[in-house]
Amino acid sequence: MRTPDFKRWSTASTWKEAAYDPGVRAAVFQVLLALAIAFLAYEIVSNTIENLRKQNIASGFGFLAETAGFDISQTPIPYSSKSTYGAAFLVGLANTLIVAVIGIVIATVLGFAIGIARLSPNWLVAKLALSYVELVRNLPLLLQLLVWYVAVLRTLPAPEEALALPGGGFLDVRGLHLPRLALESGGSLLVVVLALALAGAWWLKRQAAIDREAGRRGPTRAQRVGRVLVIAVPAVALAVAFAASSVTYPVLGRFNHEGGFSIEPEFLALVIGLSTYTAAFIAEIVRAGFQGVPRGQREAAAALGLSRRQALRLVILPQSLRIIIPPLTNQYLNLTKNSSLAVAIGYPDLVSVFSGTVLNQTGQAVEVILITMAVYLAISLATAAFMNWFNMRTSWAER
Amino acid sequence: MSIRGKIGTDISPCGEGSGVGGSPTADGLGSPPPNLPHKGGGMVARMLGACFTAAFMLALIGSDAVFAQASPTLDTVRKRGLLNCGVNTGLAGFAAPDARGRWVGIDADFCRAVAAAVFGDGDKVRFVPLNAKERFTALQSGEVDLLSRNTTWTMSRDTSLGLNFAGVLFYDGQAFMVRDSQQLTSVEELAGASICVQTGTTNELNLADYFETRGLTYKPVVFERLIEVLAAYQSNRCDAFTTDSSQLVAERTRLADPDNHKILPDLISKEPLGPLVRQGDAVWSNIVRWTLFLLINAEELGITQDNVGEMRTSSNPEIRRIFGEGSTFGRALGLKDDWAVSVIGTVGNYGETFERNLGQGSPLKIERGRNALWTKGGLMYAPPIR
Repeated sequence: MRTPDFKRWSTASTWKEAAYDPGVRAAVFQVLLALAIAFLAYEIVSNTIENLRKQNIASGFGFLAETAGFDISQTPIPYSSKSTYGAAFLVGLANTLIVAVIGIVIATVLGFAIGIARLSPNWLVAKLALSYVELVRNLPLLLQLLVWYVAVLRTLPAPEEALALPGGGFLDVRGLHLPRLALESGGSLLVVVLALALAGAWWLKRQAAIDREAGRRGPTRAQRVGRVLVIAVPAVALAVAFAASSVTYPVLGRFNHEGGFSIEPEFLALVIGLSTYTAAFIAEIVRAGFQGVPRGQREAAAALGLSRRQALRLVILPQSLRIIIPPLTNQYLNLTKNSSLAVAIGYPDLVSVFSGTVLNQTGQAVEVILITMAVYLAISLATAAFMNWFNMRTSWAER
Repeated sequence: MSIRGKIGTDISPCGEGSGVGGSPTADGLGSPPPNLPHKGGGMVARMLGACFTAAFMLALIGSDAVFAQASPTLDTVRKRGLLNCGVNTGLAGFAAPDARGRWVGIDADFCRAVAAAVFGDGDKVRFVPLNAKERFTALQSGEVDLLSRNTTWTMSRDTSLGLNFAGVLFYDGQAFMVRDSQQLTSVEELAGASICVQTGTTNELNLADYFETRGLTYKPVVFERLIEVLAAYQSNRCDAFTTDSSQLVAERTRLADPDNHKILPDLISKEPLGPLVRQGDAVWSNIVRWTLFLLINAEELGITQDNVGEMRTSSNPEIRRIFGEGSTFGRALGLKDDWAVSVIGTVGNYGETFERNLGQGSPLKIERGRNALWTKGGLMYAPPIR
């Protein structure tokens, strides 16, 4: 847009001239458009409020503090039917985040593996990976979720005839039942020790890199001691924790397997469906990323005597990340948003619990849907912000 | 500053009959609720229309017609020529399409009864199948004029949704279906069991209350649609399936092996099911409520679908009154005086509707029980038509 020449406009003799100034015109129309949009937004909000009031429909966010009165099958945070609608919202949110995070991790690992397999010199491996990608990404996700849930997990045996898994676990139509490690005490101490060990290991690695750049060879004595410590201390801590903890095994009760750690089949179906589906897309992104690295880089790596594995890890992958990360972010966002299909298979995610059950019990559709949209927007923007930061870190200045 | 502010307040005397006037969207299917202020292009037309209507009605006061006050819903329904009636997506005995695609069930028949009252023709109904989650929004937004969808009358629904219940069409209670092989005799033995329930229902809440008050645990398995709940129960995803007892009877017939399942005798809640209308349209509310009362009164007085013609000339003054012989009750509702003839002629009395859809004339064979007339030990009691 040209900067409007307002000086010319201030004198009466040039009014006409100003009206023909493209800059002035553009400015006037933009202001008018902005006003129109603001007016529209105001009208929508005030109209909604007035109509709700006219129809005697309860409105406002006070309902979040009322007692929910219903139960939820998977509650990662403490919740009972005596909790509030606000707590039910948090349970739904937590369930959505759990599915999204686990789904993203599995989809990434699986996607990278299949993407690399797509480029394998082994004909069979490459074609298998190709078939997987073409099959999975061309079928609707909802259909795949229903297949996993109804056609696979629903056909598992009843609790009495559960499949026994090695290590004391069971798999039946009610889900996956695993032994649970219950720490008697000192759980937080263990977490602190493990975190410290991780931080120490990261610091040592960084020091080693600095030394290597500086041309120093071999670790100093302090570094050697450090290395032993970051491995030995957490190992001892884990051993002590294991010794002091008790394992509870799932046992078949009157109806279900009691005790142990149970994973609902709805959750399994959703995680499997989402991650296998997204992995197919990630595989294509990874393949494209690898192929986007100039051929010369590969040849140079081979000329330096790097093995195929080394070349992949040290030369190709770091350079391809620049290409991979932006579309990968999109896939992460898609996976998170697709997790709302949970409602089709009864997994208690945010949409199912909050904009399903809570909406229906309170009848406050406008507020509930607004909150739900705001949450998905916030999750997506946060994921995108993190991935952008990661992208900036991995890309380096062009030469 | 909004234009609406002016219309909403200053010119409100002319805005009373909103749905009647020149609103360009007031007719046709899926129109917005007629008692909402329409904004935008049709505003001037609407104002004019409303004013004309008001003037027209003022003129009528002088004449002998005793019109009830304006009813936006009744006017919209009349103009459309069809009653949009929200029903279940498929629940045998209440509302489900039969082999030829005709909606059958006591809820569907109630829709026909109201259509007969308004139009004198029970077929002028468009059935709108709604799941538990959609039902209230559909009525609030005006997508349906009447919600006749086995909905439990509760205080919160009656007070905070902007909706009103018109009465009770069926007294129900929440029950549990279990497998015979479990050898259960009461609900309390279900401690620790996985229980399938439909989301957004009073059943979900009663279930939580029941186990909470007894200090028992259970695992809820929740689905949005009844058919999903049934499929989950069938595939052994849960040990029990809970919903209103009449629904359980109907759903049991859809199982592959109905004989291997039984319904536990305990009822854990009161579920008075009834039709709903939007709050704020008293005339429409009266029509729906008195159509229901008419069905019950007709059974009490022995008026049936077959004898409705003869009964019209009955010597019993109570019956003559119902049929508008020497009375103007129909007009007071905003309908024709012979509205009762159309209603009973279309669906029969309450007892006939019940037996045809849920009772001995249906595969469900549900006993009248507490849905019998008050004179026969049941709870069905309607205020007199006089």
